[in-house]
Amino acid sequence: METKMALNYQGKSQKRSAVEKSINAFLIVYLFILLTKAAVCTTLKYVWQSTPYNDEPWYNQKTQKERESLKVLKMFTDFLSFMVLFNFIIPVSMYVTVEMQKFLGSFFISWDKDFYDEEINEGALVNTSDLNEELGQVDYVFTDKTGTLTENSMEFIECCIDGHKYKGVTQETDGLSQTDGPLPYFDKADKVTFSVYGFTFVGIRNGYMRVENQRKEIEEYELLHTLNFDSVRRRMSVIVKTQSGDILLFCKGADSAVFPRVQNHEIELTKAHVERNAMDGYRTLCVAFKEIAPDDYERINRQLIEAKLALQDREEKLEKVFDDVETNMNLIGATAVEDKLQDQAAETIEALHAAGLKVWVLTGDKMETAKSTCYACRLFQTSTELLELTTKTIEESERKEDRLHELLTEYRKKLLREFPKSTRSLKKAWTEHQEYGLIIDGSTLSLILNSSQDSSSNNYKSIFVQICMKCTAVLCCRMAPLQKAQIVRMVKNLKGSPITLSIGDGANDVSMILESHVGIGIKGKEGRQAARNSDYSVPKFKHLKKLLLAHGHLYYVRIAHLVQYFFYKNLCFILPQFLYQFFCGFSQQPLYDAAYLTMYNICFTSLPILAYSLLEQHINIDTLTADPRLYMKISGNAMLQLGPFLYWTFLAAFEGTVFFFGTYFLFQTSSLEENAKVYGNWTFGTIVFTVLVFTVTLKLALDTRFWTWINHFVIWGSLAFYVFFSFFWGGIIWPFLKQQRMYFVFAQMLSSVSTWLAIFLLIFISLFPEILLIVLKNVRRRSARRNLSCKKASDSLSTRPSVRPLLLRTFSDESNIL
Amino acid sequence: MTWSATARGAHQPDNTAFTQQRLPAWQPLLSASIALPLFFCAGLAFIGLGLGLYYSSNGIKELEYDYTGDLGTSNCSVCAAAGQGRSPPPRCSCAWYFSLPELFQGPVYLYYELTNFYQNYRRYGVSRDDEQLSGLPSALRHPANECAPYQLSAAGLPIAPCGAIANSLFNDSFSLWHQRRAGGPYVEVPLDRTGIAWWTDYHVKFRNPPLVNGSLALAFQGTAPPPNWHRPVYDLSTDPNNTGFINQDFVVWMRTAALPTFRKLYARIRQGNYSTGLPRGAYRVNITYNYPVRAFGGHKLIIFSSISWMGGKNPFLGIAYLVVGSLCILMGFVMLVVYIRYQDQNDEDEDEE
Repeated sequence: METKMALNYQGKSQKRSAVEKSINAFLIVYLFILLTKAAVCTTLKYVWQSTPYNDEPWYNQKTQKERESLKVLKMFTDFLSFMVLFNFIIPVSMYVTVEMQKFLGSFFISWDKDFYDEEINEGALVNTSDLNEELGQVDYVFTDKTGTLTENSMEFIECCIDGHKYKGVTQETDGLSQTDGPLPYFDKADKVTFSVYGFTFVGIRNGYMRVENQRKEIEEYELLHTLNFDSVRRRMSVIVKTQSGDILLFCKGADSAVFPRVQNHEIELTKAHVERNAMDGYRTLCVAFKEIAPDDYERINRQLIEAKLALQDREEKLEKVFDDVETNMNLIGATAVEDKLQDQAAETIEALHAAGLKVWVLTGDKMETAKSTCYACRLFQTSTELLELTTKTIEESERKEDRLHELLTEYRKKLLREFPKSTRSLKKAWTEHQEYGLIIDGSTLSLILNSSQDSSSNNYKSIFVQICMKCTAVLCCRMAPLQKAQIVRMVKNLKGSPITLSIGDGANDVSMILESHVGIGIKGKEGRQAARNSDYSVPKFKHLKKLLLAHGHLYYVRIAHLVQYFFYKNLCFILPQFLYQFFCGFSQQPLYDAAYLTMYNICFTSLPILAYSLLEQHINIDTLTADPRLYMKISGNAMLQLGPFLYWTFLAAFEGTVFFFGTYFLFQTSSLEENAKVYGNWTFGTIVFTVLVFTVTLKLALDTRFWTWINHFVIWGSLAFYVFFSFFWGGIIWPFLKQQRMYFVFAQMLSSVSTWLAIFLLIFISLFPEILLIVLKNVRRRSARRNLSCKKASDSLSTRPSVRPLLLRTFSDESNIL
Repeated sequence: MTWSATARGAHQPDNTAFTQQRLPAWQPLLSASIALPLFFCAGLAFIGLGLGLYYSSNGIKELEYDYTGDLGTSNCSVCAAAGQGRSPPPRCSCAWYFSLPELFQGPVYLYYELTNFYQNYRRYGVSRDDEQLSGLPSALRHPANECAPYQLSAAGLPIAPCGAIANSLFNDSFSLWHQRRAGGPYVEVPLDRTGIAWWTDYHVKFRNPPLVNGSLALAFQGTAPPPNWHRPVYDLSTDPNNTGFINQDFVVWMRTAALPTFRKLYARIRQGNYSTGLPRGAYRVNITYNYPVRAFGGHKLIIFSSISWMGGKNPFLGIAYLVVGSLCILMGFVMLVVYIRYQDQNDEDEDEE
């Protein structure tokens, strides 16, 4: 269990979304309302009953048993009865609906063909459906570099052999044939076959490396030794034996690792090439070889075997042998390969920035390489001022901590000068102020986070956090996998507990994916661990844009609306029942028939909101992806804050009051029918209930911006079902019912013109504020949109010239740092 | 990588409108240009409707009289005082005299009203047995437990009809007398005591138990009347279609009222000279004062009311419509102002750019 996987593995914990936490908070409020209602009713009941004729009038005597029961016990049962009567205020059905919405809703991610990648022949994968809405709430994005921002596929660009540059197919073959024999590339460690034009590395069979040359002949080389790669030497070698019996050593490595080990006179030209290539942003790799005399080989062989078999200090011994062997080589040349940025990586990062997200790149790479990638993918702009906290800036000195402290305070001072205001206004400030980027490396980070637990380190940490929060982009390089998780945890625990998202493709990203609120895996070339441990996996980094900006936004809006709506509809369902207690002697008399009570949430009002929460697009998907700024509108759980919650609650209270008192005043008459007949309490309840069902359904209809046929079907269908059910329920004497309360109540109710007029009026009054608000909003939105489109037009003229998506990087060992 | 072995494109998502969330959709925007005319139209319609409702409500005449007698003002106070604290109260009669200077436009309906009477009290409301009331013989002998303490009589006989609601049946009775000429004789105005209950209640929900030997009284043999009743249920009326469980007074009473102050229909006046209404003249209502309401602080009233297409007198609907209609128009104007202001602002903005 000492594998890298196991060591870097962190326990998986249940992830819960911010929306769920809000739901729980709301629940507590509603539970409180429920308790208050029950307590108020119980108290008033006993106040009311203190008049003896109210407690037990002659027409309504208690049984002997009721009279004899203890008062305290009676109060308690009364309280419980009120709880039962009002319990519908706690939307139990919401949990079912939310789960259904999440489960069904998550299919839209896996169904999205924009997430489908031709190369790997796969689309997005949803491993959890619990976090759909969290995608719309992300504040921080932590991304891996290789394989996530970049393709992780090395593409051969050019090579230089003996100082001559070769590019393109014909030159290549020529060039190689001119030099000392066939020299195929191979990168055994990565098992990546380098196909150099004309020469194809076919594979290893029985210890022979087989290379197909340009005449389609197979040449065989016996593989004698592999001098493995390590990050200190930063090179690797093989020793092979040709068919003619010559023993050759080929070495490849970073320029800095190879140049000192070759004969000096050969370097100059190649060195110039390598430097130019590096400036152009390619990964460079130098290749050297040397011939080993058979006698020498005998000695080397013996030494190598000895070192390999050593029981103690094996690594040191091997290193020493390697060091001895890899000397006095002849430089063949250098190659330049490109690890291309992924398609639209830069655009995606720009969009994420525009959406107000903070993007942090966490990589195991060395600083220079990572930095150039960050420039290339526009994480850093040319105008971004970089603050560096690396071993280079801190230097390897005794006064490490002092220097660190100095730097930290200096940076903080700088940033505080720039952003004197609070962090809330930061998002807006970005567009106007100087942008800052922070670069930090693993060792400095551990110095800040982990160093001795004295007060000064805590101080470092808080200063560091302050700096981080003010920077638009942060690059953390030379990170160990667990350090990545550490960073995520640090940000997660910041003030206001921001929502974090991690995206990565390799096993080294798993801990970070598990640590963050939302983990996204890229189905990359480094295996499936990341995708398997993630909450969602997508084929490419660019898919993050649509995933967050469109899917996340929509899911959030949908579920937030769903939650609010559920609380709303249950409050205005139960409020009339509560008010009715004041008119029935606090006797727990239900206002609605039992069938209505049970079916309200299950049948009459459930499907429209489910359909809404699956299909609603208050803003077009295309608009959402095109305008990342829209994402900011819902950031910070905006739709489930106290303000909207109070709005919905007051709306529900208003409507419940209108329902009840409207009907109450309607009943202040001898009759509602032209034949003078009189209605009873069940008609009263049914009128309230009819108004209620129509109002809450039409309220949802008002909120629906996206009417597909499904919405039409469920909304009008629900209302039709209610009417149909009411006729049916009241149309039959049900043999299993003790009381035929509803018999013909609904039909009789509809035979009265006054009732129709009242129902219509009450629905209208209830929806009137909502309609007003919508119209007002639309007037403002239209003008806002017009302004926006003007701004966009002017923006598009001044977009930044795109930077060449190339990487300024040299050979690095990153794929070996796991 | 076992999954890559499957056919190419097998994992490709379906490209349908539903899966891609691109179902054709109607995306209405309640813009001001639609909403404003709607507001004005709705406002006008509501005001029109409200005026209609208001005037027809105003056209409805009501004449009510509180005959509880607890203030000692009316001649029913004698009965009230006599019945004080005695159960059952003694039979007592009193009268209400009134005169109509002009025709009381009909058809006229006679209601009684009780206040502070909680027919909607839960314990009261469930205290009935609908099976028994639907004429089921088994339920007649075995009333439902909900009827307790009015389930079995003191002698152990099942009570029919059982329950608190039936037991508390309103048992005051009224008769209306008309004096056409001053000093002339009083003529009884016929009161139609039928057709006051819901059709479905009277015809379906309430049924008498099957007759035994052609007699309803025998069908009820072995049951006891509710303790407060003076007569057994089969003696409620002499009319065989209006007695027993299908006595319309009883059926009306059994439909429990929604609020503690309620009216119930007592009779329709629609016969002879009185079909168009009550002609001018002096009237007397003879009241049999039985029902004790002072015990629970209630009142009883007698009401003559005419009825229109919208039912009884109720100014609420008309006023509500008028208010909402005016509010619509007012908001329409507010919207218009806001709309124009925004429009102007936008125009200015566009000019600037």
